[in-house]
Amino acid sequence: MTMIFGIPIQAFLGQLLIGLINGSFYALLSLGLAVIFGLLRVINFAHGAQYMLGAFVALLLLQYFGINYWLALIVAPVIVGVLGAIIERTMLSRLYKLDHLYGLLFTFGLALTIEGTFRYLYGAAGQPYSVPSALAGGTNLGFMFLPIYRGWVVVISLIACIGTWLLIEKTKLGSYLRAATENAVLVQAFGVNVPLLLTFTYGFGAALAAFAGVLAAPIYQVSPLMGSNLIIVVFAVVVVGGMGSIMGAIITGYMLGITEGLTKVFYPEASNIVIFVIMAIVLLIRPAGLFGRDA
Amino acid sequence: MSHVAHSTNSKPAAEPGVKITTSATIFLLAGLALLVVAPLFFYPIFLMKLLCFALFACAFNLLLGYTGLLSFGHATFFGGAAYFTAHAAKVWGWTPELAVLLGVVGAALLGLVMGFVAIRRQGIYFAMITLALSQMFFFFCLQAGFTQGEDGIQQVPRGYLLGFIDLSVSTNMYYFVLGVFVIGLVIIWRFINSPFGMILKSIRENEARATSLGYSVAHYKLGAFVMSAALAGLAGGVKSLVFQFATLTDVAWQMSGEVILMTLLGGIGTLIGPIFGAGLVVTLQNYLATSDFPVTIITGVVFMVCVLLFRRGIIGEFYASRVGRWLGFEHRH
Repeated sequence: MTMIFGIPIQAFLGQLLIGLINGSFYALLSLGLAVIFGLLRVINFAHGAQYMLGAFVALLLLQYFGINYWLALIVAPVIVGVLGAIIERTMLSRLYKLDHLYGLLFTFGLALTIEGTFRYLYGAAGQPYSVPSALAGGTNLGFMFLPIYRGWVVVISLIACIGTWLLIEKTKLGSYLRAATENAVLVQAFGVNVPLLLTFTYGFGAALAAFAGVLAAPIYQVSPLMGSNLIIVVFAVVVVGGMGSIMGAIITGYMLGITEGLTKVFYPEASNIVIFVIMAIVLLIRPAGLFGRDA
Repeated sequence: MSHVAHSTNSKPAAEPGVKITTSATIFLLAGLALLVVAPLFFYPIFLMKLLCFALFACAFNLLLGYTGLLSFGHATFFGGAAYFTAHAAKVWGWTPELAVLLGVVGAALLGLVMGFVAIRRQGIYFAMITLALSQMFFFFCLQAGFTQGEDGIQQVPRGYLLGFIDLSVSTNMYYFVLGVFVIGLVIIWRFINSPFGMILKSIRENEARATSLGYSVAHYKLGAFVMSAALAGLAGGVKSLVFQFATLTDVAWQMSGEVILMTLLGGIGTLIGPIFGAGLVVTLQNYLATSDFPVTIITGVVFMVCVLLFRRGIIGEFYASRVGRWLGFEHRH
């Protein structure tokens, strides 16, 4: 058996794949957080709950309307995105004038409410969501066995991340967004509907979280609490990356996911906390984060 | 960096602690008298739980209300101290006062470490960092041997206070908790009215200006953080003796959220607001404990409502009201 650093190579690559998958979710979620924070200056604590909502909406669509995975991959983010936009318009938008901490507290309450409601309705236990038949099974790469669905998750989340980056950096809408991030008042004076832009951005961020949730549904069980522990790790990812850059959020997400996976191989006891330890070290050496601009 | 309680349209009430008015003194004495006779009317365990959480919330408010730092990791100090105290009382057989003292010292040390890392960033980042570090401590407690993992430390003996007062007697325990609560509040009151506390307030109001006046803002923030952690530890240590156990619930992030809610509900930056907030939340939890309706939903909704409509909190609104001003609780501006 081939060994690498005294570890069987299959185990090594297996954990690397798990790390890559976790990294995909970290990247997608921290990307959404960074997009929302960039414009709204709100840390969306409900991001984990919106991720959970995405998975649940996909499950419920399947159970009640027979809508399959592929359609759910589009419909669920749209539903969650619209819900997010409504919440932004009716409630969150009232808090922009205040200290940013109120936005954090509001979305924290929102997260508790959503998670509590789903826990009340569906119980704390997870429910399975089966892998779509086209992506079922696995393939032998010669050096390891790759479940096709997991490979798909890595590829599609990378596409979604790059797509979002292109949307923000290369399109007209993205340029409005970046301009409004720099100086919202000036952009509004030029005739851009900034409040609408804010609503769209929050909805988009929520949709991105829901998209990650649908992707996660066949891998993890669909449960009301699937998002709450994840969001704390994603916060650490965001602190490490610094929220200044979109690309920074993506790279940090993958990097920390892989680091976490590798820690599982070499020192399993520390795998739960390795990201937090890295966060503390980064803060001591470079308080603004790896890609951050503000000190 | 503006501060959470001091933004454009949410001016909190003036702090009556600085200049104690006659009506404030009367209220204070009446409150104390009520607490002394309360065990005649209420279940002592409930009252002790209330006092522990009230002290916890006051300790938290020291940081949020008076320094402008929102910590999302105070469960670490509360729950960490609960573990330390429980371990010292049960495994080492320490007397309750020493066990609680160990909890306080342990919490202060945890506060020193967490504060040292977290004060490098401000505002929202500070909140996220404290949350992440607190989650790290949670995982530590999950895996460390002395915490007994998922079971927690059970059947902690209350022991004999100073070696001769039997705390397994409910009344004795209650007055011990009340004593600790009053001492804690006096410390907080002294602290915020000391020159140190004044500088903290100036940091809250305008950090850049405090720096330009030559104050080492980082040191003051760290000092406030450690102080708040130690007092939260005092509450947590005593709580583990009251309930005779320390579990993972005390170090989980939901606990950090709960104490934020208590403070927000009662009134950020008011001395007694958090006590009322804690009273309401604990009463609500007790009331809902028998029904199967989850507390989380109510907690979440109350959070949202408070942030949207009610940012001064109960006591803050009272101070700002006509009655409050008539009683001499002046409202700033």
